[in-house]
Amino acid sequence: MTIKSHLVTCIVCPQGCQIQVRYEDGLLLEIKGNRCKRGKSYAWQEIQNPQRILTTTVRVIGGELPLVSVKTDRPIPKELIFKTMDLLAGIELKAPVKMGQVVLDNILGTGTNVVATKTVKKQEDSHQR
Amino acid sequence: MQYDVDVAVVGGGPAGLAAALAAKEAGASEVLLVDREEQLGGILKQCIHPGFGISFFNADLTGPEYAERFIEAINRAGVKTLNKTAVLSIKPRSLTVLMEGKGIKEISAKAIVLAMGCRERTREALGIPGFRPAGVFTAGLAQRLINIEGKMIGRRIVILGSGDVGLIMARRSTLEGAVVEGVYEILPYPGGLVRNIVQCLEDYGIPLYLSHTVTFIHGNKRVEGVNVAKVDQNLQPISGSERYIPCDTLLLSVGLIPENELSRVAGIEIDKRTGGPIVDSMMQTSLSGIFACGNVLHVHDLVDNVTQESIKAGKAAAFFSLGERGKREICVPTISGKNVRYVLPHLINLMDDGEENVTFYLRVEKPTGKSKLNLIKNGETVASKIEPLARPSEMISITVNKKELSLQKGESLLFEVTEI
Repeated sequence: MTIKSHLVTCIVCPQGCQIQVRYEDGLLLEIKGNRCKRGKSYAWQEIQNPQRILTTTVRVIGGELPLVSVKTDRPIPKELIFKTMDLLAGIELKAPVKMGQVVLDNILGTGTNVVATKTVKKQEDSHQR
Repeated sequence: MQYDVDVAVVGGGPAGLAAALAAKEAGASEVLLVDREEQLGGILKQCIHPGFGISFFNADLTGPEYAERFIEAINRAGVKTLNKTAVLSIKPRSLTVLMEGKGIKEISAKAIVLAMGCRERTREALGIPGFRPAGVFTAGLAQRLINIEGKMIGRRIVILGSGDVGLIMARRSTLEGAVVEGVYEILPYPGGLVRNIVQCLEDYGIPLYLSHTVTFIHGNKRVEGVNVAKVDQNLQPISGSERYIPCDTLLLSVGLIPENELSRVAGIEIDKRTGGPIVDSMMQTSLSGIFACGNVLHVHDLVDNVTQESIKAGKAAAFFSLGERGKREICVPTISGKNVRYVLPHLINLMDDGEENVTFYLRVEKPTGKSKLNLIKNGETVASKIEPLARPSEMISITVNKKELSLQKGESLLFEVTEI
């Protein structure tokens, strides 16, 4: 039943606001230092269950590049980051890959998908240009 | 094949893409984008992390997504592109290029936009003593190897310098299974954005050592370890503070240099502080009809700012090609005063360029707390802005209505940042 106070550095945008969060028993009492609404929800989320967007790469077979960059389409809990990396290490996509294409769906039951963040053409396509 | 265009843009990264699109949209009928690589997008291609586009697109995008939006837009707009084409030299109204399979060609262009970006400072630029083994990479090269070519750089990594690319690569290498021993920064404050300290280092328990540097590189064929030491106020290693860290890789994130070899040879005036051309508020360099934007002009920390600046340059180049010439004689200089390292643009062109406002970008010399930026004309403050924090790593911008400044020929505008 003690009041806790934490300082959170916001990572939503480059301004990096220092946000002071006061809470008691999982109940939010006060948030100050944020310059926008997104900062407020970020700071409270960060105290309850820190989440991050994960970006990495996945192997592509037969593409103009050997890899395609990917991201989680929503932030995932921080503790799932390395488990998700392990899952993605086992994936090989066949070219062509389109930006936005789902690479892995519903990762670890979170309802979050991993999607491609760039288009990788087939190798012969690129030669035709 | 003959190339005779209205606007030619050199470099297909974020600056070149935005400038080409803006030039086309501003009415230049033939716009040509020249890039030496196989694919457009420049450095954005390897910046697979998010954080791009928050101010420009109001969306949190990764680098490749940000680039693809622009690539689609320039294709729709009808901008012509020449890939695998290196520009060899520039002069007003023409470019000499080397094209794959076609050899050396001349391109005539009524206006030219320079958007060549920047390159990384290397070990040689710092002169780190020791041996010359494999395993010493600049952070951007490591980023390309991991994210584009799919090659891992090492297993046990020390990072020198806390620039953003170094911080991003600390996280990226950790995700790919390497151990990052620490990030060592010679200055008493970090070089990168504070959010990258949090999400790239703190999230992964990677320590940041301020006022530290690498003093020796060990290893015969491959890096075997480095010596690190604390530095004093004059950035000199403190004797007795040295310690040995075993590692197989040293990453360097020790600064970026605008890539102005072409500009220098062309005779364009360069500012020693920014390493880029001296430009007026229409982004025109000292050579009439040659404009510059993005990291070739000064090193930015946010791509959104590069885009804004490049739109201005592209538009101005289009107007120039249509016959609207900005002249240097009617320019007023900006002056860097107290705690201001540099201000851009260097000159405010008083000619009517169709813009109501002018935006200035500046960096402070030293970090301060809550600060006030003052724009001073004839001893009087004519515009100001409060910044909650002023850091050398974070560019400050201010947009002012030109009429409110009411600048006259012979005047100047002084910029000062004071802690309050």
